[in-house]
This record gives sequence, C-alpha cells and structure tokens, in this order.
Amino acid sequence: MSGPSDFQPSNPALKWIERRLPIFGLIHSSFVAYPTPRNLNYWWTFGAILSMMLALQILTGVILAMHYTPHADLAFKSVELIVRDVNYGWLLRNMHACGASMFFFAVYIHMFRGLYYGSYKEPREVLWILGVIIYLLMMATGFMGYVLPWGQMSFWGATVITNLFSAVPYFGESIVTLLWGGYSVGNPTLNRFFSLHYLLPFVIAGVVVLHVWALHVAGQNNPAGVEAKTEKDTVPFTPYATIKDAFGVSCFLIFFAWFIFYMPNYLGDADNYIPANPGVTPAHIVPEWYYLPFYAILRSIPNKLAGVVAMFSAIIILCFLPWLDSARTRSSKYRPLAKQFFWIFVVVCILLGYLGSQPPEGIYVIAGRILTVCYFAYFLIVLPLLARIETPRPVPNSIADDVLAKSKGRPQPMVSTMIAIMVAGGLVFAGSIQSAKAEEGGDAPPAQKWSFSGPFGKYDRGSLQRGLKVYKEVCSACHSLNYVAFRNLADPGGPGYSEAQAAAFASEYKIKDGPNDQGEMFERPGRTADYFPAPFPNEQAAAAANGGKAPPDLSLMAKARSYKRGFPQFVFDFFTQYQEQGPDYVDAILQGFEDKPPAGVTVPEGTYYNKYFPGHAIKMPKPLSDGQVTFDDGSPATVKQYAHDVTTFLMWAAEPHMEARKRIGMQVFFFLVVFAILMYFTKRKVWADAH
Amino acid sequence: MVGAAATVWPLVAQMNPDAATIAAGAPIQVDLAPIAEGQDIKVFWRGKPIYISHRTKKQIQEAQSVALSSLPDPQPDSARVKAGHDQWLVVIGICTHLGCIPIAHEGNYDGFFCPCHGSQYDSSGRIRQGPAPANLAVPPYAFLTDTKIQIG
Repeated sequence: MSGPSDFQPSNPALKWIERRLPIFGLIHSSFVAYPTPRNLNYWWTFGAILSMMLALQILTGVILAMHYTPHADLAFKSVELIVRDVNYGWLLRNMHACGASMFFFAVYIHMFRGLYYGSYKEPREVLWILGVIIYLLMMATGFMGYVLPWGQMSFWGATVITNLFSAVPYFGESIVTLLWGGYSVGNPTLNRFFSLHYLLPFVIAGVVVLHVWALHVAGQNNPAGVEAKTEKDTVPFTPYATIKDAFGVSCFLIFFAWFIFYMPNYLGDADNYIPANPGVTPAHIVPEWYYLPFYAILRSIPNKLAGVVAMFSAIIILCFLPWLDSARTRSSKYRPLAKQFFWIFVVVCILLGYLGSQPPEGIYVIAGRILTVCYFAYFLIVLPLLARIETPRPVPNSIADDVLAKSKGRPQPMVSTMIAIMVAGGLVFAGSIQSAKAEEGGDAPPAQKWSFSGPFGKYDRGSLQRGLKVYKEVCSACHSLNYVAFRNLADPGGPGYSEAQAAAFASEYKIKDGPNDQGEMFERPGRTADYFPAPFPNEQAAAAANGGKAPPDLSLMAKARSYKRGFPQFVFDFFTQYQEQGPDYVDAILQGFEDKPPAGVTVPEGTYYNKYFPGHAIKMPKPLSDGQVTFDDGSPATVKQYAHDVTTFLMWAAEPHMEARKRIGMQVFFFLVVFAILMYFTKRKVWADAH
Repeated sequence: MVGAAATVWPLVAQMNPDAATIAAGAPIQVDLAPIAEGQDIKVFWRGKPIYISHRTKKQIQEAQSVALSSLPDPQPDSARVKAGHDQWLVVIGICTHLGCIPIAHEGNYDGFFCPCHGSQYDSSGRIRQGPAPANLAVPPYAFLTDTKIQIG
C-alpha cells in the first residue's frame, strides 16, 4: 500500500496473475517489504493479536451459528445443546464467549498504547478515528452477542440498554419500539440481534482494512514518537515484525487458553445460566466487564437523558482526541507531566469499571460522580492544558539514535512494570463482576473440597452415582432435570455407567410419547435417548403444587448460583482457578436449614429458615434428613454426605464435559508454552543483527 | 429523492411490530374479584407486566395526602386511578429509568422498589426517590363492572 511495488514473482503462473491483478505485489509491499520502525516494543504486537482475535471470533461465530436457533423459546436450549451434544461444542462456545472478553482486553491495551505514545497525532488522525469506529462497532457486536444465549442477564441487559434510547426526547418511545419490533424485548428483538451480530463482524473487518490502509499510508508510530527518516530507522516487516508478532500472539494465546479451559465462567455471570424470564428482574443487572466504566458513568448522573448523553460522549470524545491534545511531542516518554496524568487516567478507568459492578448506592454513587468528572477532565482540561504548559524532554533525532541509546543505557524496567499493572488492573476490572453478581445478604457458604476443582479435577464416580440416587429418590419429586438425558449416564467423564446400565435405568421411567396412529398420547418405558422426565407437566402446575413458586430446573443449578466473593478474593480466584461458588452454594443451602430461626428473626409463613439463602426465607422445605437414602457402597447416610454427593452430581449435570475440557486444556497449555518458547528464540535470532 | 425515501421506508418500517404482534396486543379483561385488600397481581399485556393493586385504606390515604410540590413528577393520586375506584391502582410495572420490573410492597413508600438502580415509587406508583425520571405509567384501561377491567 505504499506505492507501486517492484515485486516480481518468478513463478510463471503467479506472474500471469500479477500482470492482471497485482495482488502479490500488494501483499509483498504491505506485509513483507513494508518498513516498520525498528524500536517498536511489545505493546505494538496487539495489532496482530487483535487481527487474530477478529478472525477467530468470526470463525467460531460462523460455526456456532450453524447450531444455534435464534428463537426466544429455543435459544437458551440450543446453546445448552451446543455445549452438551455438539462435538467440541463446549470448546467452540468457550472460545467465542471468552474470546469476546479477550478481544476487548486486547483492544483496551491497544487503545491505551495509542494514548500513551500519541499515536493519534498528526498525520494519524484518520487512523485513530477509524479505530474508534471499530471500537464502537465492537461494543455493538459484543452487546448483541451477549443477548443471544437468552439467559436472564441477556434479556435484562438488552432491556436496560435498548431503554437507553427512550431517553431521546419526543421520539424515544417510538425508537425503542422500532428496535424491539414489539412492545418489549422479545422474539423479534432476538431475531434481529442475531442477524446484526452476524453482520457486524464483517463490517468490522471492512473497517479494519481501512484502518490498516491508513496505517500503511502514515506509517507506524513508535515509542520514540519521531518519524522514520532513513533506511537505518526501519526494518522490513517480514521477518522482523512478523516473528515478533507471532511471539506476542502465542503469549496472548496462553492467557486466552487459561480462560477457555480453566475459567470459562470467570468473566460471565451466573444469572445467565437461568433462562430469560420477562417477569423477574435479577437483583443486580451488570453488563459485561468491558462496558462497566461507561455503565458507571451512566449511573453516576441522576438525570436520565444527561446520563445517556454522558455515556455516549465518553466514547465519542475519543474521536476529538487528536485536536484536544495539541502537544507537538508525541510520545509520553518525553512528556513528564502527561506520563503521570496518563497513569492517573488508567487508574480512573479501572476504578470506574469497579464502580460499574457495584450497586448504585451510598459511597459508590459519590465516587462514581467524582471519577466521571476526572474522566472528562482528562480530555477536556488536562490534555489541552498540558499542551500549553508542559516542557517536554528533548526527543531523539531519529529512531536509530533511540535504539542506540537504549542498547547502551539501562534496561527498561518500565515494560515489565506496566505489564504487572495492566494485569493487576485487568483483574480488578474483570473480576469485579464476580463480586457484583452474587446475591447480597446471607452468610458466605463455606468452601468445600471438591474432587472436580483445580486443573486436574475429575468427578468422583462414586459420588456421582450416589448423587444420582439422591436426585432420583428425593429431588426429582419436585425438580426437573431437563437438559440431562439417560444416555448421558454412560458418557465418558460421567457417572461411569455402561450403556446397558443406562438403558436399564431409563426403562424404569414412564415417558409420555405420541400421538400414535389413533391420535392418542401414550406412555412407554424410557429409552436412553429420552431426557429425565419433569415432575410437573408445566411451570404453572409446578408453581400451584409448591406454594406459588415453581421449583427451578436443576440441570444448570451448579452454575446458575453464586455468591459474593469480594475483593481481593476474586483476584486470587483467577490464579487458583476457583470456579466452585455454585457447588459451594448448593451444598450450603442443602445443609443450611435450621428448624428454629435464630432469636429475633421471623420468616414468612410458607417459607423456611435457611442460613445461607439470601434473605434466609426459602420456599423449599428441608429436603434431606439423615437416613433418608441408603447407599450400597457403605457411605454414611447423613445429610452432609447427601448434600456433597448430589452437588457433585449437579455439577456434572451442569458441566458434563468438564473432564475433557481440563484434559485438553493441559495438552493445549503444554503445546502453547513450548511454541511460545520456540517463537521467542526464533525472534531473538532474527533480531540479533538488528539491534 | 422521493424514490429513495420510498425505497428506504419499507426497509425501516419492517422493524416495527408486525401484524401478529399487534393483534396479540389487543385489550385483555381482568377479573378483580379474587384480589383481596392489600394484595396485588401481575398480568402481562403486550409483553409488559401490569400491576393491579388492591390498595389498603392506609395506602390510599398516604397517596392522597402527600404534597404535590414534593414530588419529582407531580401528579395527584386522583389522576392515576379511576374516580370511584380509589382502591384499585393499575400501573405498568416497568421502571421508567431503564425498564426493570420494580418489586411490589417494597421500598420506603409503601409502593414499589426497583432493584436495578434503586428507584422507589409510592403507593400511587409515583417516583419518590432514585434515578427514574417519571411515575410508573398507567396503561389505558376502563372498568367494565365494579370487579372487572379491560386493559388496552
């Protein structure tokens, strides 16, 4: 893209094509011979990382769309079936869901890098603005993608975000009805979001082409912030930048794989494992972590319209950055004051993210207001002012000088410090959702020891079999298990029954089938392909038989419940791979019944006191008592044992492919680490003569 | 110009509710007889939850006695219920802030409390505290008999 290429392929076939469409020349001049500044640091590899993430999201997304059903009644189930029944469906889904978070994580680093090194300054204004457009498109795509699983958080997130448009004066309500295609978020909304979610990534890809084009016209910025002048300032893109990017990408993939294989639900919300219910609002609606700073800005302003305007302004203001910051020195390396304010700004963004995940009350609201002011002040006051009053340090004459000075001078501790801060900040930011999603109140359930925790965790077969027995003899009287089929009992990584045992187990059930040739429904013995039959024919019947509240389905219970972990616990959780809030909670609830509420506490009629239930008044009577179920293997017939076993069983029901996930994860990790090490040494060899 | 607008119009108009959705949004009738004093029910109309509250004397009294000047969105209680049917409050249970469903019988005002962003409504469904800009909307409805209403 930098002028006509003198590239001449030697192969006659390629020559023939090249004369008619000079595509190889274009590729050669853009990605091989293209001169790239020789002093780029690893922050510049995030461009390549983002390209890879976009490609990966499109690839996994297209595949998922082959299995997904965009219908309000079927969407939730189809996602569960992808995870349970499609070959490697769990992997594709985790890649796509965690991939969205990783995409945003990378884009934030990319943006902060641009901010720090002044990459938006003349002549790269259009390049920067195209980047902001990509970011906006990403936000829209990410939001609509989050709606597709049609869980509680999907539904209510969609409701809250689309309602932002109702703040528009006069036309607000009409716009919202137009967006919904109905009088509330419903099936038409889901359908169009699916359509747009499929479309927008390709629009992003188109803008990315423009972004790269603009980049190749202006040339890359670099840490010194001085333009490349001579040959000595640059190295050819291939092999130098290519190999460095490859190393950066492989390191990023290690980070990514940690989430895919070990922490797939760390960044998600437990409530999204509950199917969308237009009649019940979750106690605490939180968007995905990457929107939290803007959500905090929205909520900190008491006026609805002003809040919405402020939220959108917070993003749009980035477009004007090239003109707000008129300082001539690009890189903050040489701007002592700008550098400090940059880091303050980073902290402000992270804190805003944290506040976005907290309930909007008391001190959080006040802090949110202060930080919102800080956010805008950075762009509107600090940057314009600094351009006038700051005396920058002298910049090097050329990139070559900068490289020379660096190789002579002290090693730079800054990059490693920045990585540490970024990682820590990212964790606070991302993990804060953990603390927010739990229901408030209630004692924290005690952490139990689970056979399935940690990177090598496996289900305890005996425990699964006993848990199945407890479910069958006790829980199944009221609770359905809709997503588990009898065949699953013989699946690898499950309770370890044989096909014949599963078939025998199934045949004990009566399954309603039909209609037959006479048009009548009939009952037949269960087959392995059947699912566990529900105890009630429909939700209304279940509610009527249980004091007005239908007992929830248990298939996903172990993932659909959580509790507040709090800071700094959730940071440690990332490293210890703690994912067992759900099981801990379920186990605690089963054991938390007390016949007499503590003094001074009364629970409403028709409810029972439970120590760990939020609000303590639970509709479910104490389900388990000692000696209720007898085990063949001599395990103690105690509530403690029952609770532990049935929770293990429910964890398996919620995550039947966990063992495969962790096993493959270990292999992937081993491969990626070796690959990254090889890449590192290759990169060193390639760059040996360039320094 | 006209041609372009005429071409774009169907492309935009298709996004609005389709015929089936509009048909499903036809008026519904609700029997009030089973709702005891102090109780409320939630019915769905056009996919929106509608709270029908049988208000207690205390709630009515509170709703009528509050000074209008103290309200963020001033509206007398009489403008929010039908004359002669003071005990029945019919409101769309959608928070005017960002569309969550407020919980009945919660909050400091004997009315509704929205768990999402903390808006509180009184026993007349009027906003009293929190970020919501307006009172809970009153759907179009009429009393067919003393114990039956038609919503829509």
